[in-house]
Amino acid sequence: MSRTTTDPTFDVVVIGAGIVGSAIARTLSGYQLSVGLLDGREDVGEGTSKANTAILHTGFDATPGTLESRMVREGYRLLSDYSKATGIPVEPTGAILVAWDQPQLDTLPGLREKANHNGYPHTEIISAEQVYRELPNIGPGALGGLTVPDESIICTWTTNLALATDAVQRGTTLLLGHWVQEVRTGSDGTDPVTVLRTSRGTVQARWVINAAGLGGDHVDRMFGYDRFHITPRRGELLVFDKQARPLLDKIVLPVPSVRGKGVLVSPTVYGNVMLGPTAEDLSDRTDTGTSEAGLAFLLGKGKQLFPRLLEQEVTATYAGLRAASDSPDYLIDLDARQQYVLAGGIRSTGLTSGMAVAAHIEELLADSGKIQLTARPDLPAPPRLPNIGEAFPRPYQDAERIAADPAYGRIVCFCERVTAGEIRDAFTSPIPPTTLSGLRRRTRAQNGRCQGFFCGAELGELLDTGGGNAEKARA
Amino acid sequence: MDTPITSHTPARPRQVRLLTPEVVIVGAGPAGLRTAADLAPRLSGEVLVLERESDAGGIPRHSDHLGYGIRDMGRFISGPRYARVLREKAAGAGATIMTNTMATDWAGNRSLNITSPEGRIRVDARAVVLATGARERPRPARLIPGDRAHGIYTTGQLQNLVHLKHRTIGNRAVIVGAELVSWSAAMTLRHAGCTTVLMTTQYPEPDSYLLFHRLGRIAFRTRVATRTKLTKIIGRPNVEAVEIENLDTGQRRTVACDTVILTGDWIPDNELARSAGIPIDPTSKSPLVDTALRTNQPGVFAAGNLLHPVDTADIAALDGAAAARHVRAYLDGHRPDTTGVELRVEAPFRWVAPHCVRPGDPAPARNRLLLCTDRLIHIPTVVLTQDGHIVTAKRLWWPAAPGRIFRIPSAVLDTINRYGGPVTISVRQ
Repeated sequence: MSRTTTDPTFDVVVIGAGIVGSAIARTLSGYQLSVGLLDGREDVGEGTSKANTAILHTGFDATPGTLESRMVREGYRLLSDYSKATGIPVEPTGAILVAWDQPQLDTLPGLREKANHNGYPHTEIISAEQVYRELPNIGPGALGGLTVPDESIICTWTTNLALATDAVQRGTTLLLGHWVQEVRTGSDGTDPVTVLRTSRGTVQARWVINAAGLGGDHVDRMFGYDRFHITPRRGELLVFDKQARPLLDKIVLPVPSVRGKGVLVSPTVYGNVMLGPTAEDLSDRTDTGTSEAGLAFLLGKGKQLFPRLLEQEVTATYAGLRAASDSPDYLIDLDARQQYVLAGGIRSTGLTSGMAVAAHIEELLADSGKIQLTARPDLPAPPRLPNIGEAFPRPYQDAERIAADPAYGRIVCFCERVTAGEIRDAFTSPIPPTTLSGLRRRTRAQNGRCQGFFCGAELGELLDTGGGNAEKARA
Repeated sequence: MDTPITSHTPARPRQVRLLTPEVVIVGAGPAGLRTAADLAPRLSGEVLVLERESDAGGIPRHSDHLGYGIRDMGRFISGPRYARVLREKAAGAGATIMTNTMATDWAGNRSLNITSPEGRIRVDARAVVLATGARERPRPARLIPGDRAHGIYTTGQLQNLVHLKHRTIGNRAVIVGAELVSWSAAMTLRHAGCTTVLMTTQYPEPDSYLLFHRLGRIAFRTRVATRTKLTKIIGRPNVEAVEIENLDTGQRRTVACDTVILTGDWIPDNELARSAGIPIDPTSKSPLVDTALRTNQPGVFAAGNLLHPVDTADIAALDGAAAARHVRAYLDGHRPDTTGVELRVEAPFRWVAPHCVRPGDPAPARNRLLLCTDRLIHIPTVVLTQDGHIVTAKRLWWPAAPGRIFRIPSAVLDTINRYGGPVTISVRQ
């Protein structure tokens, strides 16, 4: 079954190394299959997965009865366990939906009921006084709230990297920089081989799984379908200085209303506070710039929601693209004839649901009877990822670790306290960074308040030398 | 506080090392190094300077042009040379300088946790001097919209790249700001072979010294667009242009460039000060100190551009000289009067440092109050009001200009009542 030099055909190729695609590749490489994980960009998680609001959702507000509702609920459990095993930073902060007007307040009982239908019975409606007791620093005018105690904050970057690293350690071949440009499906009936023409040569596979996120509808069309369309939805976020973190220890969610979805305010696992996102439909699937209107909108919202937050410095502005689909639910479908599986229309909830989606596809494949799933006997343990969460010990604080390896005592990014040792480790990891932003997502380097005033030149040099100079610190 | 912390697990006995200098200084820029140089010969205990960079000297290390050392050394030397002299003086005076060493948090009132390749160490001192300096606000903090393009730097990063790492920059730069540091950036760009095509400033007149500005204009053939604002950065993956708005007409135009330098707009590195619970000026974001550079935490002092973002390096160093005197007085048992008069400002002034005058206290460093103004005033008359009365009105023969520190002789404080209410500093034109 394995791909060899004589048989260059993968058993399975997954298109898209975001969270969903990486989770699928990880699951399938737990079997005796050759798995290829393709991504058009130069790193894993460079699309929608890197720029979501980083919340591990209970799924309380999904539409009951949908596949999404079930995937998020199951994914919550799977990812929570996986985080413990791999060291993905998670903080169980809990969330409160805050109602700012009567219509919003009137929505809360319905939301609570919906949560119950979604199998999440732990929400509670609280009074304005209770809201201010829990969130003493939010702006005036809150009328009440709904608590969702199990909503958590998580590091989306580490999640993606853990799943992809795990997949690679289980034998997945990661092919970055491979934009899929054309698909030629096999039609010999019994065991068709699909040829993917990419920006870096052709790749052959018996099964293709489309987890291409923003490009999912395009790839789907290459297989002859026309069943959903994706609009890139730009979401801009403001990340406030760590000095703002004591102002807030829970996620403040907007109450969905007819006047549109509001913005949320959330602590981040890196010790900051985040405000956003905006929602703006675009046509350009690569435009991740920030806009004047978007920033002004966020400042206006922030002023109303959380005036004290605006007294703090802004550390970073992010603009990410979400894959807004015209399908009301996830589209997960197996085409046995073409040996093609679609994992499409997966919105930002995909961070939470990714592992459940992988398990679901595993089931679909098993049920198809067209692929043999034989468990690998020698499955490696899941990787242990470096902790970049603020709530857990970091190398710079670890006397023993520094004594054993002084590189962990040399802080090169002062704002985020990232050490030369961690940067070196990133470059020697199974999926090393190739760009500064890749290094940032792995270590937090240059994500802090100075944005490179102090460390930018040094980090650029470390990037060019593959962390080479970080080595010097050991001498 | 005097015994080292030991691990509770006997199987792995590992002591967190403890250092017990008499004084610990956080930051080896001009202020910290001068404090150390002046203190070390006069104390029996150790003076320890902590520097998180790999070399001591602070920002002058990478400001490779002349103009340093004027007021504090009576010299006219380059930034790197100035940094070297400061380093040598501190080390020569017997101070210990630990580089690659960062004070990350407080372990007690005058006790810091530090991280260095030598270990995770606790430092217990009798007095602490915070001299952590300031940095320029980067793009996100300025909320400049547009593409996430390569080629956008603060002056600090630019000078690090060019002078310390010998990197090349682009060919056509737009500099945001027209103050002293902006011209420093222009010099670095020229050194790197990059032409400055435009400097933009929101102010109606360039903010730096007029003479310098005129010479600079001729020397760099650079146009300064006054009353303008950078509204957008264009280009992926590299900067291709910026959009500039005329603040008076609202008109916008595009300027082609491949490099954007964000200068000025300083913010102090106040993290340690703030986490100690020291009150912070809401505008400058600097820790509040009295004229003897004391914070509200006994034995914790602050000096340099942490207090006044930013004055020139020699002024920061002279702060250090003052801090050394006040630290010695503290170590000798001198304690301040618990009362004091708060100094406040009215527009167009943004802030004043120091912020408190106590009975019996010495004058501030260099006998100057340092202020920041939003508006250019050519011949300002400074007015001090206390308890509803004007206590001083003094005409000064130098301008108050945005983008540089406005200095007022502290003699204006002679007539205030040091037991009275807050003093407000304003200007009459």
